[in-house]
Amino acid sequence: MRLVLDAEQQQLRSSVRKLLADHAPPARVRAVMDGEDGCDRELWRRITDQLGLAGLVVPEEHGGAGAGHVERAIVLEELGRTLAPVPFFASAVLATDTALALGDSELLPRLASGEVIGALAVSKTWGPLDVRATEHDGGWTLDGQAPFVISGDIADTVYVHNGDWFAVSEGFTRTTLHTLDPTRRIARLDFAGTPARRLSASDGALARVRDLAAVALAAEQVGGMGRVLETTADYAKVRVQFGRAIGSYQGVKHRLADMYSAYERAESLLRHAAWSADHDAEGLPLAAATTQAFVGPACFQAAADGVQLHGGIGYTWEHHAHLYYKRAKTSELLFAGGRGDLARRLGLEPT
Amino acid sequence: MTDDFRARVRDWLAANVPDSSEDAPAEELIATAKRFQAALHDAGLAGITWPSQFGGQGRSAAEQQIFDEEAAAHELPTGVFLIGLGMCGPTLVDLGSTEQKARYVRPLLRGEEIWCQLFSEPGAGSDVASLQTRAVRDGDSWVVNGQKVWTSGAQWSDHGALLARTNPDQPKHKGLTMFVVDMHAPGVTVRPLRDMTGRAPFNEVYFDDVRLPADAVLGEVDAGWFAAVTMLGHERVSIGGSVRRRYDPLAYHNLVELARTRNRLDDPLVRDGLAALYTAERALSLFNARLRQEADAGSPPGARGSVAKLAGAELLWQAVHVAGLIAGLDAAAWDPGSAEGDELAVAINATPASSIAGGTDQVQRNIIGDRILGLPRDPVADRDIPFRELRVGTQA
Repeated sequence: MRLVLDAEQQQLRSSVRKLLADHAPPARVRAVMDGEDGCDRELWRRITDQLGLAGLVVPEEHGGAGAGHVERAIVLEELGRTLAPVPFFASAVLATDTALALGDSELLPRLASGEVIGALAVSKTWGPLDVRATEHDGGWTLDGQAPFVISGDIADTVYVHNGDWFAVSEGFTRTTLHTLDPTRRIARLDFAGTPARRLSASDGALARVRDLAAVALAAEQVGGMGRVLETTADYAKVRVQFGRAIGSYQGVKHRLADMYSAYERAESLLRHAAWSADHDAEGLPLAAATTQAFVGPACFQAAADGVQLHGGIGYTWEHHAHLYYKRAKTSELLFAGGRGDLARRLGLEPT
Repeated sequence: MTDDFRARVRDWLAANVPDSSEDAPAEELIATAKRFQAALHDAGLAGITWPSQFGGQGRSAAEQQIFDEEAAAHELPTGVFLIGLGMCGPTLVDLGSTEQKARYVRPLLRGEEIWCQLFSEPGAGSDVASLQTRAVRDGDSWVVNGQKVWTSGAQWSDHGALLARTNPDQPKHKGLTMFVVDMHAPGVTVRPLRDMTGRAPFNEVYFDDVRLPADAVLGEVDAGWFAAVTMLGHERVSIGGSVRRRYDPLAYHNLVELARTRNRLDDPLVRDGLAALYTAERALSLFNARLRQEADAGSPPGARGSVAKLAGAELLWQAVHVAGLIAGLDAAAWDPGSAEGDELAVAINATPASSIAGGTDQVQRNIIGDRILGLPRDPVADRDIPFRELRVGTQA
């Protein structure tokens, strides 16, 4: 079990951090967030074309980089730090992991290159959708609804799970939902005679996709926590009240220390879960569930404390603290099964 | 290679860990502990990361981790050596003279000598540097007078790491010196003190004209604060980093067993509490593993040991909460002679110590805030004032 990053992985971190510092500064994030599309296409091209990051976990024979989940977690941490409005989580995580789990070699290279933006349609509790599939003359159509699809507003291709697996690219309507988190768009998709490509089923595909999503999301969350910690500590050093920097008051200092302590532990769980994704398939489900159960609430607590310690400034729209707060709550809700799910995995069933 | 090491550790522990009986008299427990520690050293498993020229094994932190993981399945009888091996020994290795290392380290690793740490005083708890025990130079030796308190294990210790004031004309941090003191020397009096569990693991220690030789100084004269900070760093890692023991009634696995035997897993609050406790245990043990891997790669934990210390205390409080959810009023009253009731009560009553001993939670948070996050320090009223002009503790 390896919990520390090697030199090459640290190099990856610095190059992604530099790219995002140059091309996803807060003003840019806000401009995209308020824009029509909600997606920074230019940044997405840099991430995919220039750095080839969308295919990090895709084997080289399918056009990917053949790296691993530890590397992908590094990218996601940086995206979570900046809230960069790109469909990485939907496309390079959910759709790509689905393509890998189902062996969809048709779409895999195009997801890896970033040419196609993918998404995943499952139920709100990560189960099959109530969507009817009908076969005619060797082709399939879908009817029904996917109520909650991350980046579903812009996805070129969406994997749909209703017990079986399909991919759809056209012939459905998208309704962009109002969202708690303005930096990540979520859509409802309505299928009515929607032409679909059927994929060969694979045992445990959904479970694997879900576990990997839990790890990937945790990486975003840990990145967000790290950023909140830094900006809040920096603020506590310069904000003066009653003649002293507020960070010198124990009421403030101790809350930041608790935030740091939670951050260090969250990062430790993440490193282990990402390592498990690459090296311990058997241990992954428990590691992923444990990580989400800890990181979800911890990241939200950090974001809430970030608002609180910035005081009135932190509660103001112009300040960024609320964006981390909203992202953290949304992410926490994405695995809201949380500890109940973990309890089941630990075998803590009622007698 | 590490798999071989793990197998060797596992086999050796399975064959050599003695049956423990908490009810045995202290002398018998100590004799057992000493025999076990010597055997551990003979097997090449004591002082795994310590330098080999002084009796250690010169192995990696990863191997220490393997040992700890394997040892967690047993109840080792070595509690009496924790302060010596976790704190005093590493400080000797860091700061001791070659003669001191040659004299003390090997007997420590072999369990031949027990150590205690003599820092706290009635007027100097969290504010360690305000201590008043004096060491006055007299020719070639030092004469010590004063009182220490809450000194764990002093009643069976052979040596102590003593922090005493050697220069009261300096500000409080600059006039301290650390000494190695012979606990059997004339003038040393140890009085056991009961803690809130009703047991007496710690003591008051009185020094009346205790004479120490010149070579008892550990580190430099008047640089005792540096030595103390070094030792406190080892202490935090040692306390926070200790693996949750299989026999600890507040460990996750034991609380799950308790919940099962009492049919309490029907309660969703119990299941939720246990799942939360599991995540907290995993998070802390993985954090400790990460610190060790970083240490192996050349970056020592430094002040991040405070995270381990703080999170370790938090974990125990969480476990006390879950234990209460499971046991309900059975944790408040039980049949005489129920070992389970007694053990749970001791664990509940011992938990406040985790937030006090080795530096309070509040002190750990200050360390994290000041040293890791770089936040401005609290204004300090006494940093530059000569010690003899200060008011300390609760003195008028």
